[in-house]
Amino acid sequence: MNDISEAFSTALHLLISLDADLIEIVGLSLQVSLSAVVIAVVIGLPLGAALALFKFPGRGAVTIVINALMGLPPVVVGLVVYLILSRSGPLGVLGLLFTPTAMIIAQALLITPIIAALTRQVVADLWVEYAEQMRSLGSGRLRAMPTLLYDARFTLVTAVLAGFGRASAEVGAVMIVGGNIDHVTRVMTTAIALEVSKGDLALALGLGIVLIGLSVSINAATYSVKQRAEAVWT
Amino acid sequence: MTHTTPISTHNVPANDVMPEKTSTPSQSSKILPLRVESLSFTAKGEHLLQDVSFELSAGPRTVIMGPNGAGKSLLLRLCHGLLEPTSGSVRWMGGKAREATMSQAMVFQRPVLLRRTVAQNVDYGLKLHDVPRADRPQIIQDVLNRTGLARFAEKPARLLSGGEQQKLALARAWALKPDVLFLDEPTASLDPAAAHAIEAIVQTMHDEGTRIIMTTHDIAQAKRLADEVIFVHKGRVLEKTPAEHFFDTPECGEAAAFLRGELRW
Amino acid sequence: MLKLKTIIAAAIGLLMTFQAHASDKFITVASTTSTANSGLFDAILPKFEKETGIQVRVVAVGTGKAIRLARSGDADVLFVHHKPSEEKFVADGFGIERFDVMYNDFLLVGPKSDPAGIKGSSKATDALQKIAKNSSLFASRGDDSGTNKKERALWKAASLDPKSASGGWYRETGSGMGATLNVASGMNAYAMTDRATWLKFKNKGDLTILTEGDPALFNQYGIILVNEAKHPHVKSALGQQFVDWIISDAGQTLINDYKIKGKQAFFANAQPGS
Repeated sequence: MNDISEAFSTALHLLISLDADLIEIVGLSLQVSLSAVVIAVVIGLPLGAALALFKFPGRGAVTIVINALMGLPPVVVGLVVYLILSRSGPLGVLGLLFTPTAMIIAQALLITPIIAALTRQVVADLWVEYAEQMRSLGSGRLRAMPTLLYDARFTLVTAVLAGFGRASAEVGAVMIVGGNIDHVTRVMTTAIALEVSKGDLALALGLGIVLIGLSVSINAATYSVKQRAEAVWT
Repeated sequence: MTHTTPISTHNVPANDVMPEKTSTPSQSSKILPLRVESLSFTAKGEHLLQDVSFELSAGPRTVIMGPNGAGKSLLLRLCHGLLEPTSGSVRWMGGKAREATMSQAMVFQRPVLLRRTVAQNVDYGLKLHDVPRADRPQIIQDVLNRTGLARFAEKPARLLSGGEQQKLALARAWALKPDVLFLDEPTASLDPAAAHAIEAIVQTMHDEGTRIIMTTHDIAQAKRLADEVIFVHKGRVLEKTPAEHFFDTPECGEAAAFLRGELRW
Repeated sequence: MLKLKTIIAAAIGLLMTFQAHASDKFITVASTTSTANSGLFDAILPKFEKETGIQVRVVAVGTGKAIRLARSGDADVLFVHHKPSEEKFVADGFGIERFDVMYNDFLLVGPKSDPAGIKGSSKATDALQKIAKNSSLFASRGDDSGTNKKERALWKAASLDPKSASGGWYRETGSGMGATLNVASGMNAYAMTDRATWLKFKNKGDLTILTEGDPALFNQYGIILVNEAKHPHVKSALGQQFVDWIISDAGQTLINDYKIKGKQAFFANAQPGS
């Protein structure tokens, strides 16, 4: 109980004093996770839409795999990316290990299946509703992709938020490929893990509260914007 | 397909007054006549449409009638190309396949509109038909004016009432200047005033040369709009006759029962 | 569609900002969690960076993992505390030369109630034998780290095989020192830890130091520059600067001056010109 109340006051103190280290860590966390989300969206939206619209042999298997990949353990992703980016690995020459770029790559791999799988479901449902009319107007499946994605934009925002949530909450991947290097690759979750390992549970929890607060703020902002837009664009 | 000629300017009322029933033949059609031969459609072992054959040439407004589940909507979709027949053929004798597809349009019982503005929904169809960007605004404006939707141009389409949404679906089809317009129970979900407005637009389109092929279960509506009737029952076409003849003296007993309101399915 | 292009441009911009850092002068040092958690690096590295302009990026993992990192060429310098492994590293050709840097000691900590009665043992092996005899809970790191290897060596020296009791009274956490101490604190178990981590640890709970001072608990740290012959991309020049600095008077003094709660944490013992 003591730890928890101390945690809240720690969190408050960090925020009010605009602790420089905290700002740096939060900034990096946002940069890494948002970049990962952007990559995941660029790959995942068309991938999900294509999977929903085009029939091909093995489509069921691909769908099952992508759905299963939503549950990829972050530490496994981190390990795989580490082995690839290690100097002794196939892409070692790029020198990306222990950089934020490596963290972005790992997180993008982690959340692309989420975005693709959710997009697939949304677009498939929408196609059921729209297919006849769109085909009547002359749209083939390929041309339908951007149309359906845009029409489903509100639901897709929720999918994107789910991806962002997963990325900003994970520690396994960024710890391994980033190395939790002070001022270079230390993000909120790895900082929390570090404080736990130092036994400073109050500070760890305080940082956790800040992280949750950040997530709540982002979701709240998105929600209110989405609500207003959805009322207009039912 | 280029659209250099503007929508023909008949003296057509822009409000909802019903013009007299006329039957001006389609002016110029590139793809008609439509020849349907031995058309059959089977799904899950059920013969939903069996051995249907007829020919539709340019001119009259065709209304396909029949009880629920007779196969009217199915027939429409097969003609329009949304479904592939199990056997038999649907052929547009006047033109090649791609041209045929692009010269038709269809309006469904419930309008399917995108989450965009009214004008953007019309624009969507024009874009798909490769209408040059410069020409589109004028076409959209014309067609919205003529369907009484001009004041809603920038409004989100899905905020419109049911009747207005269906008008928009028609406007979207109209903008494409189709040779043939299929309508599947277009007013079944609408109140009488809205239905009336839809019928007026359909009538106008017919007057300007679009070949109308429509299904309905509303006998009164069919009497208002049909020049010829195709009667479908349990997957077979039992009659294809001019309208007056059908409503006064139908050839088959099922049609007679249907007109009396006795045949539900 | 315009929005999509803007997003892609922003994403590339974000990634570019990271690549800018890549051109800064820096070296990667693979070290251990115990060293990092002690706060030593936070205290002395800024001085090196200020002097030389070289940023020292410390990746703190278990000794075993740190050595593997260095072997793979993912680090420029290795700074751990298990001499046999370090010497093997050099013998295998992955390191140029090993230098002593500093030492401190390990402690046996446990609940104040001390059920196994190890308090005041002069020999660590005596204490371990009492723990085993009493089947008292013991939290081991079990992660192939320097600390862990030292611990296993001590059990062996005491002619004991605690692994046979793994899952019973011998609990292997497979984690770093801090995480293991958290576990020990949570279940009131005995554990072996380095002094620096212990001094800094904030979740001691009911645990206290019960055995210390045995020379067998001596903990030596060594530093090695990774061999560029094995990994041509290694930053040898910059790495050598760091190694030289650590064993120089300047570095050694800073190490000695580092205190945790007023107590000296590490004792510098580099041999000049070895």
